[in-house]
Amino acid sequence: MKLSCDVNVKHLTRVEGHGNIQIKIQDGRVKQANWEVVETPRFFEAMLVGKHWENAPYICGRICGICSIGHTLASIRAVENAFNIIPSTQTAKLRLLLKHMETLQSHILHLYFLAAPDFLGTGSVLPLAKSNPEEVQRALRLKLLANDACDIIGGRRLHPTRTVVGGFTMLPEKKQLDQIRRRLNACVPDLLAAAELFKTFTIPDFSRETEFVSLKADENYPFIGGSLISTDGVIKKEADYRQMTNEYCKKGFTSKLSKLSRKSFAVGALARLNNNFAFLHPTAQNISTELGLTPVNHNPYMCNVAQLVECVHIVFDSLSLIEDLLNSPWQEERQPVKAIKGKGVGAVEVPRGILYHYYEFDGKGKIVAADCVIPTSQNHANIHHDIQALAKQYAESGTKDQNIELLAEMLVRAYDPCISCSVH
Amino acid sequence: MDQQLSYLGVPLTRPKVAFFDFTSCEGCQLQILNNEATLLDFLNLVEIVNFREGMSEKSDNYDIAFIEGSISRPDEIKRLEAIRHNAKIVVALGSCACFGGVNQLKNRFNDLNWVKKEVYGDFPIETIEVHPLEKYVQVDLKIYGCPIKKEEVEKIVTNLVVGKSITSPEYPVCMECKANENICLFELGEPCLGPVTRAGCDAWCTNNRRGCWGCRGPADVANVRQLEEIMHKYGFSNETMLDRLECFGGFASLTKEIKKTKKPAAKRKK
Ligand code: SF4
Ligand code: SF4
Ligand code: SF4
Repeated sequence: MKLSCDVNVKHLTRVEGHGNIQIKIQDGRVKQANWEVVETPRFFEAMLVGKHWENAPYICGRICGICSIGHTLASIRAVENAFNIIPSTQTAKLRLLLKHMETLQSHILHLYFLAAPDFLGTGSVLPLAKSNPEEVQRALRLKLLANDACDIIGGRRLHPTRTVVGGFTMLPEKKQLDQIRRRLNACVPDLLAAAELFKTFTIPDFSRETEFVSLKADENYPFIGGSLISTDGVIKKEADYRQMTNEYCKKGFTSKLSKLSRKSFAVGALARLNNNFAFLHPTAQNISTELGLTPVNHNPYMCNVAQLVECVHIVFDSLSLIEDLLNSPWQEERQPVKAIKGKGVGAVEVPRGILYHYYEFDGKGKIVAADCVIPTSQNHANIHHDIQALAKQYAESGTKDQNIELLAEMLVRAYDPCISCSVH
Repeated sequence: MDQQLSYLGVPLTRPKVAFFDFTSCEGCQLQILNNEATLLDFLNLVEIVNFREGMSEKSDNYDIAFIEGSISRPDEIKRLEAIRHNAKIVVALGSCACFGGVNQLKNRFNDLNWVKKEVYGDFPIETIEVHPLEKYVQVDLKIYGCPIKKEEVEKIVTNLVVGKSITSPEYPVCMECKANENICLFELGEPCLGPVTRAGCDAWCTNNRRGCWGCRGPADVANVRQLEEIMHKYGFSNETMLDRLECFGGFASLTKEIKKTKKPAAKRKK
């Protein structure tokens, strides 16, 4: 059947921020297939110029409401790298635990509230709350646990208050950490049940060869700092992130775009998993394999599965971090900060992929220049090319308008884009 | 979820509620979804007919519009006016909507061309000076904070539904902070805007040993000159104080006065 269709989605729903999808097919030929980003820019990099260093993490956390903890930590890391501050082991562990909890809550939010309705054929999670109350309760339990843990460690789940350059303003009580440990242990069955639910979903059959970029594992599945790697074999130092991101501007996008060895690349849970599968917790590896996800997987819809697998890894890794923290004496600590002239980069794996903050300071600690490269802006070009390939595949095989529209929407949602963040 | 609500024996209709976002981090909307423990009760209280971030269904038939974000592009003004036209009650949700939020920091350069060039180089990009909703439409109710506090939103929504009056505290954060028996941060060597900022967050930051940056804007009796004295007494510069006062836009008219005596924000020479 020769297909003709016209898909025009303005302000796609169940994603963070504003983006449009346009697909035009005439007699089986793709006339147009676009991903467009129309979000209003906020100009954070300009806002910071002339400000004292302590403003950077405080203001930059506000780039994103979903991963404010990740932004704050990337910003802190950039400042610390510029001033040659090395966080203590305790601080590093607490920060990672805090980041894990943000990733867990973000992944669960995406999987259940934003992505699952498509697989179950509903417009939102609300009908699901009626038809599958247990599933929704399970998701809410996991999210609540992760958010409570963010409150306990970071002071606040959104725009954290305790995280500062040099360490923390205040530490959680050990008994609070112990409570998180108990709740994490209790949520393992919830996650296994989530994996069972995902086994029943039909992941669309589509793949396109893609370059995947993430932090490179050293000893652990990486989340904070380290070298950068791509599945095409590029390896760079954290400080040389610009050689990895190569940002450019293009008509139709208020966000910047990125490329590396090909015309686009992908970051996110699938990229992390493709690069660092061997470093996942064994239980997470098993679930991944059972769900048909082994590296290198080029189906973008699998990003949903990769997020679920990461949730499992994160829960086990958090348990061992808490174990370590509880078994060592608590040090009240906030290292003194001495500003020096210099530059610093902070690379952090946030839920949607690798995030970079860069600042340049004068001798008084004032910001001379700033640059933030957001995961979703790195993904935009890849989403665009995926939509083109998807349109082509279905134009040839033939399917209904609504099917193409749904598949394209699901494709964009699979990347879990954070569009307002990408246009920061 | 559909049972009939009543208050003091009088049946209540669930108001139709819509959420909208403009230039923002979308964090305030997320605070609503972040109410795991009470989310389902909240959904019982209102009928959500529009929430782009969470659902695909859309409707222009709503009673209350919760609007997050500030206005920073001409198309946003049109969209905002249409929402005002449809809604009976417009609620500004969070500091971006109430004061411009962190987004208004770009206004301080008084030079949008420089701002655009600093981020996008010569690539054409559309932006205007950032303003709160109020600059363009009538706002019936403001919920302060960056982010908003979920307990406060729930209380306000409940009061809206049952028709009780809604007021924000007039006193400053210091009152809540002292009631919580925190050690004053000035004593610990950290600046704080608690003396001049509107309470209602239960001293969220200072409870966590972090100075207040004034996200909720000025208390009704904000004496900025007195704050200046405290800051100087503890050895903090005007700049440290201004960084905080100008961060969210709530103190805009007060900072203008202080800044009059200072030079405009330094830009980087190209
Ligand atoms: S007020 Fe703060 S939390 Fe709310 S949308 Fe604006 S930046 Fe985000
Ligand atoms: S810490 Fe801040 S809010 Fe608390 S008493 Fe001191 S000045 Fe007031
Ligand atoms: S303490 Fe100050 S900055 Fe913190 S939430 Fe309250 S008003 Fe906002």
